[in-house]
Amino acid sequence: MLQFLIRRLSGAVVIMFLIGAFTFFLFYTIPQDFAQLSCGKNCSPENIAVIRENLGLDKPITTQFWEFMTGIVSGRDFPQGHCSAPCLGVSFDSGDFVWDSIKDRFPVTLSLTVGGLVIFLLFGLGTGLMAAWKRGTVLDKLVSGASMVLSSFQIYFLGPIVLSLLVYNTGWLDSPKAVPFLDSPGEWFMGMLIPWAVMATIFTAQYTRMARSTMIEQLQEEHVRTARAKGMRQRYVFFRYAWRGSLIPIVTIIGMDLSALLSGAVVTEFTFDLAGIGRLAVEGSLSKDLPLTMGVMLFGAFFILILNIVVDLAYAYIDPRVRLA
Amino acid sequence: MSDKLTLPKPQGPVDGAAETLLSVEGLTKHFPIYGGFPIKRKVGAVQAVDGVDLSVGVGESVGLVGESGCGKSTTGRLITRLLEPTAGKITYAGQDISHASRRQLAPVRSEIQMIFQDPYSSLNPRQTVGTIIKSPMEVNGINPKGGIEKRVRELLELVGLNPEHYNRFPHEFSGGQRQRIGVARALSLNPKLIVADEPVSALDVSIQAQVVNLLQKVQEEMGIAFLFIAHDLAIVRHFSQRLAVMYLGKVVEVGDRDSIYNRPRHPYTHALLSAVPEVTLDDETEDRERIRLSGDVPSPIHPPSGCRFRTRCWKAQDKCATTEPPLVQISGNSANHLTACHFPEDPTTEARAEDIVLDPALAALEKEGE
Amino acid sequence: MTTLTKTEGEKAPGGPEAFLSVRDLRVRFSTEDGIVKAVDGLSFDVERGKTLGIVGESGSGKSVTNLTVLGLHNPKTATVEGEIVLDGKELVTATEKEMEKLRGNKVAMIFQDPLTALSPYYTVGRQIAEPFMKHTGASKKEAKLRAIEMLDKVGIPQPAMRFEDYPHQFSGGMRQRAMIAMSLICNPDLLIADEPTTALDVTVQAQILDLLKDLQQEFGSAIIFITHDLGVISKMADDLLVMYSGRAVERGSVREVLRAPQHPYTWGLLSSMPRLGGDTAQALTPIPGTPPSLLNPPSGCPFHPRCGFTAEVGGNRCSGERPELPAGRGAACHLDDEQKSTFFIEQIKPRLG
Repeated sequence: MLQFLIRRLSGAVVIMFLIGAFTFFLFYTIPQDFAQLSCGKNCSPENIAVIRENLGLDKPITTQFWEFMTGIVSGRDFPQGHCSAPCLGVSFDSGDFVWDSIKDRFPVTLSLTVGGLVIFLLFGLGTGLMAAWKRGTVLDKLVSGASMVLSSFQIYFLGPIVLSLLVYNTGWLDSPKAVPFLDSPGEWFMGMLIPWAVMATIFTAQYTRMARSTMIEQLQEEHVRTARAKGMRQRYVFFRYAWRGSLIPIVTIIGMDLSALLSGAVVTEFTFDLAGIGRLAVEGSLSKDLPLTMGVMLFGAFFILILNIVVDLAYAYIDPRVRLA
Repeated sequence: MSDKLTLPKPQGPVDGAAETLLSVEGLTKHFPIYGGFPIKRKVGAVQAVDGVDLSVGVGESVGLVGESGCGKSTTGRLITRLLEPTAGKITYAGQDISHASRRQLAPVRSEIQMIFQDPYSSLNPRQTVGTIIKSPMEVNGINPKGGIEKRVRELLELVGLNPEHYNRFPHEFSGGQRQRIGVARALSLNPKLIVADEPVSALDVSIQAQVVNLLQKVQEEMGIAFLFIAHDLAIVRHFSQRLAVMYLGKVVEVGDRDSIYNRPRHPYTHALLSAVPEVTLDDETEDRERIRLSGDVPSPIHPPSGCRFRTRCWKAQDKCATTEPPLVQISGNSANHLTACHFPEDPTTEARAEDIVLDPALAALEKEGE
Repeated sequence: MTTLTKTEGEKAPGGPEAFLSVRDLRVRFSTEDGIVKAVDGLSFDVERGKTLGIVGESGSGKSVTNLTVLGLHNPKTATVEGEIVLDGKELVTATEKEMEKLRGNKVAMIFQDPLTALSPYYTVGRQIAEPFMKHTGASKKEAKLRAIEMLDKVGIPQPAMRFEDYPHQFSGGMRQRAMIAMSLICNPDLLIADEPTTALDVTVQAQILDLLKDLQQEFGSAIIFITHDLGVISKMADDLLVMYSGRAVERGSVREVLRAPQHPYTWGLLSSMPRLGGDTAQALTPIPGTPPSLLNPPSGCPFHPRCGFTAEVGGNRCSGERPELPAGRGAACHLDDEQKSTFFIEQIKPRLG
């Protein structure tokens, strides 16, 4: 267990470094002068030179890379002041510390993710299990049909419809907005309600289908039949024997979805005009803001790697045949 | 016949034995196991095959029997060079092919063919039967008289399939018919040796005999040598003139059919034969010895020292743990009947005064019942 | 949905001792390709403490029959007709709750592959103790003690330690032993063993077969032993039922069926199988053709397309008229008794070597 954690965490650090290096050098293959971009249209060569120096662009690429990487570990000093670790550099565009921007935006993303996750796990797995339990019945066919239709929906399609129904036309709810949880839990909840509902609808449909199909697959397993042949009650067989086997694929997908959502739910954020990590990433990318883009990417990669390790730990917990090594 | 023969014409039996087509000396295959911390390294090996000596004569049928994990399938795959041996020497028609490269192997590959156990997964479901059978000829650039297609139809007929089914797909055939397709494919290159790995064990009882008879016809009429790998001792006995018994990666006894089935010397061979459930047809009472081993075969990762069978053997003594018994002709054995045992059994399978029951649960229950 | 129809079955062919009696059982599955008649008019009896062997190839309906006895078929796709009476109780019409009380308690089952038949997620001990707790109301502690006792009985060394192990930590033979321990823990009156040794090695198979026989003596259970291997059945069973295409084609004691078989299919099975003491110069005589489709079973006698004796019957009786299996010893074949015995002695027996 400890060996596993040490091995995997050190592996994660190496991968983070490689991702950083790869993005950094890939970005520099773009034939653009970042100082020029940063300066705007009417820019004198002197200004460019100053900016270049401020941003550190006058140094060789390898030095720039080294400074960037050491900054993450031990912080860096910029003309604006000290940027404490983990320092992801200064945005070319706004001149803010990238880490501060991320810290600023992350609560919105976290709220979206956690709330959505609770809803779609509850409803998705619930209806999926129900459909598997009642497989072959009208209810199952209804659930399967509905989840098929809903899972092919898109947030940018469903979002505006819900907004115009519940907000613009009827005024039943306010427009979605991001209120910090600690300021007012009630407002936080009301502000997030519509984005959660819309996002969760589509995920719910996907989880329903997945839970149903893996459960039906598990119910065909021979060991499930053995449990029935022992006289165990159907409900017990369903929730102990079949459900345990379904957990592996479900946990895999949750891990993937969670890391995707934590590194920014771009479409949801744009649809409901929420300023989260996803928007930050798109903004950085559009303005070719290297430090910002790299910062957000590394931030996302961090979640992917951590959740990967968490999912592997979950496998070992679920299935005794999995050994952590 | 193919014109790319690498084999000298058989010159008739020498000293009563057929000329050797394939011989294997000290054949060894260890599959490494990796692990350790912090850097993964080789920490052990599955000793699947460990120093196997074996030979197959021209046109001879040799059986290879043993239980799961004894290395019989791995041996087959090493001989067909689907696996690279860790050590040892494989000589085919006088040529060392143990580590031959792809290019060097090419002419030999067409002469050694393989038939697999599972007729469902060993045929490409997207290819027609015709394509499956002709592709080995095309790959090897063989152009038989009358064209490839005519040859394929001949082969289909030979294995008892309708030549009209040339354009059908494998899923349109039953299990037994698919195994026939596998045989036709193996025959397409006029092989000298066919390694058949459990060729009938996936088939229904009534179909097994069809395929066994087909293989026997192929072996006898076309003079093809067979290495017949199977766990079913009755089928191997029916098919093979000579056979080798394997246990945990080693050959423990080898000899002709009569020696192995009627005059076995190795305790494991005795146990194996005694375990086969036989239909008794006449009113005679059971007159075969009864031996019940205990437990399962040990792990090939940490095989027992000395004789590998000693942990389950009723005759084992201290010597068995320290000295590995060589595979030799022991006194009382006929020539070519070799046994690897320090304390061999009497050469008979008749019932003993007292059954050998090593299984503790069985022994307890039987004592209770008395 | 399950259609439960009670049909008037023929009267018991067996003795009054019959503990399980199956009458005119029909099991059909609706599939995309049509209706599969998996079991088609099957009747048999099992006596207390005796072993009935059921022999047949894949698709003969032998496994389906026994899943049906336990009510383990899928009620959404399967239609069951006929009568299954266990110790005076009708099972075809029994509710799921009633069946649950029976399974693992009065009737237990052993499956073919112990690796897939045991859940990989729970310890062997827990899986063995579970039915004991459920059926006897024993506490966890009592069930554990009983499970350890059973593990010891079936020959698992250090049973108290192995109780905590998972199935993947057991070898193949030990897993099947654990499976046997699980099936016997509630002292069942009937044990259904579905190819229990097919996945095992020969020497392990011999151990397990003997173990089952010895345990049967101790527990006094009746056994239905399903297999495709005539050799195994000859060692295990008292009575024998040969199945083909969802029907019973021959019935009798093991001695009778194996030494003086009456049905051409049984002849075929015997002569297509090499024996250790057989004559190797004698070629095997396979049964020609392939097993029948259960979607479109042949008319009349299902074996007639593969049978070499239809000409002896004459006319088109074999393809037109379904032969009935007589009560007691007999075969479902249109050949008359004298023909059955002469053909076997003159034509079949010499081939068996």
